[in-house]
Amino acid sequence: MLNLKLYMLQRISALVMLPLVLGHIAVMIYAAQGGLSAAEILGRTQGSLFWFLFYGTFVIAVSIHAAIGLRVILYEWMGIKDFKLEILSWGICLALFLLGARAVLAVTWS
Amino acid sequence: MKSRSSTLQVKVNRGSQADQYFQTFDVPADDNQTVLDVVSWIQQHADPTLSYRFSCRVGMCGSCAMMVNGEPRWTCRTHVKKVVKADRLTIEPLRNLPVIKDLAADMDPFFDKWVAAGGRHHPSSTRADPIAKVDPTDKARVTADASIECINCAVCYAACDTVAGNPDYLGPAALQRVWTLYNDAKDADKFSLLDQVSGMGGCHSCHSMGSCTHYCPNELDPMSAIAGLKRATARSFFKRGD
Amino acid sequence: MMRPARAHPLWLAYILHRISGIILALFLPLHFWVLSLALTEPARLDEFLTFAEMPIVKLAEIGLIFLLAVHAFGGVRLMAMEWLPWSAPQKTLAAGAVGVAFFVSGAFFLQVI
Repeated sequence: MLNLKLYMLQRISALVMLPLVLGHIAVMIYAAQGGLSAAEILGRTQGSLFWFLFYGTFVIAVSIHAAIGLRVILYEWMGIKDFKLEILSWGICLALFLLGARAVLAVTWS
Repeated sequence: MKSRSSTLQVKVNRGSQADQYFQTFDVPADDNQTVLDVVSWIQQHADPTLSYRFSCRVGMCGSCAMMVNGEPRWTCRTHVKKVVKADRLTIEPLRNLPVIKDLAADMDPFFDKWVAAGGRHHPSSTRADPIAKVDPTDKARVTADASIECINCAVCYAACDTVAGNPDYLGPAALQRVWTLYNDAKDADKFSLLDQVSGMGGCHSCHSMGSCTHYCPNELDPMSAIAGLKRATARSFFKRGD
Repeated sequence: MMRPARAHPLWLAYILHRISGIILALFLPLHFWVLSLALTEPARLDEFLTFAEMPIVKLAEIGLIFLLAVHAFGGVRLMAMEWLPWSAPQKTLAAGAVGVAFFVSGAFFLQVI
């Protein structure tokens, strides 16, 4: 289902996300102490260029990675192919990117 | 040891692709008996119209593979004792291939993909040249040697869920063959080999679930061979930039 | 269609990777939507975070962290096999990925209780 280009895109997006996932999990374990509040989260992230780049890169990489992964599953398990598969793959990529970009802006833009 | 009863209940797939059903036969049990012996007994003593395929009976030719109790096996080298459950056997044609009749699967897609994968030697010299010297301890040669014992039985092809979900996928055997040629010092066109396994049905569709390696009766390792192709194509991706 | 017996370690690693990937992909839109509340309705975000304090939601969170960790470490194992030819101890590495994921989600569990 994957040609070389999609395969490389899948692996490269995975490599980009590896440190981000580890960082994300570390932050979650740290931040979950004593419960979460909107003020606490926003206090950490708002107006921070670092977190903007961190989560921004994360959203771009995950949109690509999830779209390619789901594309394979839609084809192998649900028999969706050709034009329909292209539309769905691109749709998933775009939808995740837009939702993700909005979330990143919401928590990092002051 | 548990004593075994003297009869086996053998459920056998009958009919062709469009119309398949099971028929059960009672087959005398022996101490030393392969699954192929059981199938042959049915054909010789119970129903001469049973279709199946075999040739060498010693694990050389790769023609007798079938699904035995749901798992792909070379039936001539599979002892009944090893696979029988409560004196019952279920025997079906190889999975992931069309059925011609009864236990005979249509091997055409398997061999068509073997050709499509480009598992063909590209000569690097002519017959006028002296015979190339190959060092058997050379690293690439050792890698190539690891896969040359493939007998084309299609057990790996039947075991693979990626083949089941993706009709274009070339499958473990054909891809492993390409990996062998890629590591052969005498093959002159490595890039065309890589190109032929880089399309939508190529090595990148593999999910490394390892059923090929798990079930290969010759204990080859197609999963690692396919990983080798992924590595080689990834390297060429950075080198060639396309 | 007949199925070959599949319960060998690497097939289980494959199905775990696939299922965890699907669940994470389905969870993402919800995750993004909740965070976007910070922009549109900050009060509702806090409301949601209070809801997330319920034990059942906490349990789901731990599950998600496990899935994220197991997908990440399982992916590292795959790439190591494909690109660094660490092919020999694959079963051990697959088990290791699950082990590390348990450790990571366990650490989260200890933080939230």
